[in-house]
Amino acid sequence: MANMAQAIRMALHYGEQELGVTEIFGEDVGPPLGGVFTATQGLKNAWNSPLDERGIIGAALGLAWAGARPVAEIQFVDYIFNVIDMLKLAANGHWSSGGRYKTPMVVMTPTGSGIHGSMYHSHSFDSISTKLHGMKVVCPSTPIDAYGLMIAAIKSDDPVLFLKPKALLRSKGEELIPGEPDEKTLHDMIDAPLGDRSKWKAKWPKLTDYAVEIGKAKISHAGEDATIVTHGRMAPVCLDVARRFKAEGKGRIEVIDLRSLIPYDWEAIKASVKKTGRVLFINEETEITNFAEHLIRRLVDECFYELKVRPRLLAGKATPGIGLSPNLEYFIQPQTKDVERAISEMLADPA
Amino acid sequence: MPPKTAAPAAPDAYKKLGAAKLLKIHELMVRARLLEERLIKMSKGGDGFFWIGGPGEEAFNVPLGMQIKKGHGVNFDFLHLHYRSAAITLAMGAKPIDALRQMRSVATDPYSKGRNFVNHYAIPEYNVVPVSPTIETQYSTSIGTGIAQARAKTDAVTIVNGGDAGTAEGDFHSCLVWANRPVLPLPILIIVVNNGWGISTAGRTQHGEKNISDWAKPFPDMPGKTINGNDIIESWAALEEAFSYVRKNRKPYLLEARTSRLYGHSSSSGANRIPEPDCIELLEKGMTERGLAKAADFKKTWDAEAAALDAAHKQVKVEPFPETASVWEDVFADGLPSSYPTKGGS
Repeated sequence: MANMAQAIRMALHYGEQELGVTEIFGEDVGPPLGGVFTATQGLKNAWNSPLDERGIIGAALGLAWAGARPVAEIQFVDYIFNVIDMLKLAANGHWSSGGRYKTPMVVMTPTGSGIHGSMYHSHSFDSISTKLHGMKVVCPSTPIDAYGLMIAAIKSDDPVLFLKPKALLRSKGEELIPGEPDEKTLHDMIDAPLGDRSKWKAKWPKLTDYAVEIGKAKISHAGEDATIVTHGRMAPVCLDVARRFKAEGKGRIEVIDLRSLIPYDWEAIKASVKKTGRVLFINEETEITNFAEHLIRRLVDECFYELKVRPRLLAGKATPGIGLSPNLEYFIQPQTKDVERAISEMLADPA
Repeated sequence: MPPKTAAPAAPDAYKKLGAAKLLKIHELMVRARLLEERLIKMSKGGDGFFWIGGPGEEAFNVPLGMQIKKGHGVNFDFLHLHYRSAAITLAMGAKPIDALRQMRSVATDPYSKGRNFVNHYAIPEYNVVPVSPTIETQYSTSIGTGIAQARAKTDAVTIVNGGDAGTAEGDFHSCLVWANRPVLPLPILIIVVNNGWGISTAGRTQHGEKNISDWAKPFPDMPGKTINGNDIIESWAALEEAFSYVRKNRKPYLLEARTSRLYGHSSSSGANRIPEPDCIELLEKGMTERGLAKAADFKKTWDAEAAALDAAHKQVKVEPFPETASVWEDVFADGLPSSYPTKGGS
């Protein structure tokens, strides 16, 4: 079973082979490293850029205007804050030019906590990214969704911010990517060896055009008693808790994995909440001006009389950073026990 | 800061360029000047809002526009301009009426559908990428088209221009570094038009470097040059030299042109005439002294351009403003999802 980094790598290879991706670049993206999370190992069009985030996004924007479909990487989303105006340019270029310039570019970047990344390797950018109107934003939680969303992102004529949950890049999924061989064979084919890699070349499995539509959520666990809306690192945590709650007879929880933050799948959220009447939003962003607050406000506007109890948010605490000590990180960021507690409280809330 | 002259133009340089070409240049310079002055009047007369532009830069910008390899795609020059570049686009064939449309923010504004400030062009048929009000970001985006052209088998190049104050931004230095990467030098003509000011702040109070073009010195394959951009002859020759180098060698060139700023920064500083050297007057004087044209020739051009502008302005004044629903056009290239929030709240 491929992990998420391998899935992204395979999607990028498919992009090189079939979708016209000629430039994949960023800091340490090319050989010998192939990305700090190895998501670009073995790709023929991957190359190393200067250590310059503004130049990276500027280069991607110029390449997109020149008709290429570049994929650029910001090494950690924590480094993206000094290029927000460049991302705004990418996001508003189509609108500001009266529709005359399309901007088909992908910016991928590892986001969120879970790797003991401390102050500047644990940030989430999810909520801020939803304010870059004109930019599409996706965030997979499984390898197959990472593969399908990357292919959809490459095909898009809009700029797409592809958020890679750091903590999940080594995680494996439950579904095979079409064309994926067994785990050892895949490893031997596309993982660079340790040591001298100068003569190594990846051998790629035969891959297919499997795209996940941007803007479509996934019901990862069906249920009737309550709805959880989540994405990224928190999605597998929520799925695991929902399965255990069901097995233990504590409640039937529907888990919506958003996959796309912009555009988001409003119809899926609304339909689920109308069914369950109870909803809990869970993500890693801090609670102040959290993206889910917008969704809660919209639910109150449009589904007020279907709500049995108040809608809830489980989010990161609004601290200036993520502390390194596990005591601090696990307190600041939602963990499994927090999810269990929040769901239990929601289910216990009298209608 | 009065513009400096690096070297006086050779005595016969006017004749070498020829009367016909000089008159064409003069016509484009007049067109650009009258357009900017009309835009200023519109902004002050309630026929638009904020003005920002480049009157005083025509002697450099018109030759630049005329030397562009104009077209669409990587086999033609790409331009990453800023908001003082009207003379460049006019020299390439843009119509003054379209700038008037953008100033009045009418629906027919072809550059932004009434969404952006005047002199913020987007002309895909000329490879003029969207101009942004953000300072210096065009130096970062120029890297991308430069890469595309470095990969292609073409003599086409990327041109980026901006002002002197913006060179303090990191984007300028990003451009220098990326354009000079040993693994892939980029064919970018990096231009800085130095009018000596950043809004109200004198460049000499903030910049210790003698010439902005001195930033070329650390890079062995990137020539750097400072010229008098008020001098049409010097500008034409310097641009020919720079274009030739970049097209042939596929490597960058840093060109600094010192010019006047005849109406200040923008509406924010009043947009009133400043007593600095006027490049059109200098050209007319130079041609007259050499017997290449007479005052009557120039008057004919001024009158014809003014009349054409009057007619264009008259037309624009009756064109419709954009419908409010048009704000939802172009948010995404593939259309707005039906569930996208459009109410602006509850």
